[in-house]
Amino acid sequence: MLILTCPYCGVRCDETELAPGGEAHLKRFGPGSSDEEFEDYLFMRANPNGVHFERWRHVYGCGKWFHAARNTVTLEVYGTYSAQVHAPPQEIRDAVSNRVPGWHWKDES
Amino acid sequence: MPESVTPLDGATCSGFVTIKDAGLAGMILLRADLGDTDVVSALQGAGFDLPDPAELVGELGNGALWMSPDELMILCAHDEAEAIVATLAEALSELHVLVANVSDARAVFRLSGNGSAVREVLAKLSPADLRQAALPPGRVRRTRLAQVPAAFWFASDDEAVLICFRSVAGYVLELLLKVATPGSEVGHF
Repeated sequence: MLILTCPYCGVRCDETELAPGGEAHLKRFGPGSSDEEFEDYLFMRANPNGVHFERWRHVYGCGKWFHAARNTVTLEVYGTYSAQVHAPPQEIRDAVSNRVPGWHWKDES
Repeated sequence: MPESVTPLDGATCSGFVTIKDAGLAGMILLRADLGDTDVVSALQGAGFDLPDPAELVGELGNGALWMSPDELMILCAHDEAEAIVATLAEALSELHVLVANVSDARAVFRLSGNGSAVREVLAKLSPADLRQAALPPGRVRRTRLAQVPAAFWFASDDEAVLICFRSVAGYVLELLLKVATPGSEVGHF
């Protein structure tokens, strides 16, 4: 069972109070993009064995979307952060690096 | 206008805690950026105290609940709600806000009895941390109660107030009654 802290209301939420939103930090490719880019955006998802960044929504609480950094193997949670960013903030990267030196996730490391 | 009634119509039930329909309550939804100093000063100018995140000021019938970073629920008397909506709309008219009277959208319960028994009844149904230190009186927890959303807070050490949507009021009453069945005490708290 995952327990994530909502960065907006500070509540420690159980997984059942949240709605999963899939992979974090996707860049949309819409009209004008190539077929390959659009396919990548629409269907291709990272499925890492280890460090992962996800979107979650505090659906039974404040209703806000947020990001979470966690480990898909150990279920360790490195931190949660605002939805209004395009990449993980430095303190989250540091928290991951402390536990998993040399981690990689898509283009982030 | 037809007379307002609560969905539970004054029901009172007893298990190892007492579950009571709290009666008609005035609730006003206020959507605004609560981090915006203009909104805060306009609200304070109109005589409303703002609760801190995840907390409540005042009580049922006269207070305010923090619902999310951009949502407050103003608690007032049922028959005063329309007048307060008008006051708020006037005070906040220059700002980007939404004020609506949602008094009849939700059902309100009072759970009273031994403080630890009340905590136990809620803990049986929700994943929230119900220890005294995590949820002291004055703190609000919006969470899940079995299969439906609900919010609750402790008005005093021995009494909790619970709100849920009107459409699920009967379900929530039956849930609470079931987990408050005498003999089913766990004694965790």
